[in-house]
Amino acid sequence: MEILHNIYIQHYLALSIALFCIGIFGLLFRKNAIIMFMCVELMLNAVNIALVAFSKMHGDTDGQIFVFFIMVVAAAEVAVGLAILMMLYRNMHSTDTDSLNQLKG
Amino acid sequence: MLTEYAFWLLSFIAVFSGIAVIVSKNPVYSVLYLIMTFFAIAGHYFLMNAQFLAAVHIIVYAGAIMVLFLYVIMMLNLNSIEIEKRSSIVKLLAVVASGLMLVVLAGAVPHAEVLIQQKESATPAGMVEDLGIALYRNYLLPFELASILFLAAMVGAVYLSKKNLNETQN
Repeated sequence: MEILHNIYIQHYLALSIALFCIGIFGLLFRKNAIIMFMCVELMLNAVNIALVAFSKMHGDTDGQIFVFFIMVVAAAEVAVGLAILMMLYRNMHSTDTDSLNQLKG
Repeated sequence: MLTEYAFWLLSFIAVFSGIAVIVSKNPVYSVLYLIMTFFAIAGHYFLMNAQFLAAVHIIVYAGAIMVLFLYVIMMLNLNSIEIEKRSSIVKLLAVVASGLMLVVLAGAVPHAEVLIQQKESATPAGMVEDLGIALYRNYLLPFELASILFLAAMVGAVYLSKKNLNETQN
């Protein structure tokens, strides 16, 4: 079953790059730690798109297996990261990353 | 032709809601826009004939991870609009850094026009059967290591989100 006709690999790479750069921009621009986490998720998904596109281009499944493992790592990262965020909120009463300045002398 | 339109529509939705994630003031709206992005990405997986991956993507991301995000936002009571004060030099540096990254990555895309489907594969390489064979035959060790990673993450999350143990004992 062939359903993609006029789509080149560059289209998917451009989409992947766009999402990745949106993620980087949000990570640098926002201060809310939860939004920063979401930007990390966006970047991981951008990479997943590129991997699936290459897997499709070469016609084998290895890229999709990589995507599975990235999903595994992302799920583990979110679980631990949100637990850290809860602890941060409990101690600082805010999720602003600028409030984490206690190491400053 | 129809799939071409679907590609552009899904790409537009993904990029638009990705931008909306980082410009919304309310974290709840950010989560909802991120779910929209994930559905668009799942549509892309469908277009690329990776049906099982699309289903898993929706289940894991939209079903589990984003619910976790919403739950944490609810528990922390963050759904009020906060005014963020970033100094303008940091904002400028963020724009410059991400723009430079965009330039570097866009320059790395080769100009060779490669169609996404080059080889005529006999079997579609996205069904659960092919993925299962590849996962349990060639990638068995990473698969088992992933379970250890999940166990460690689960223990870590439970331990971190508990109250301080010494305080509760005293």
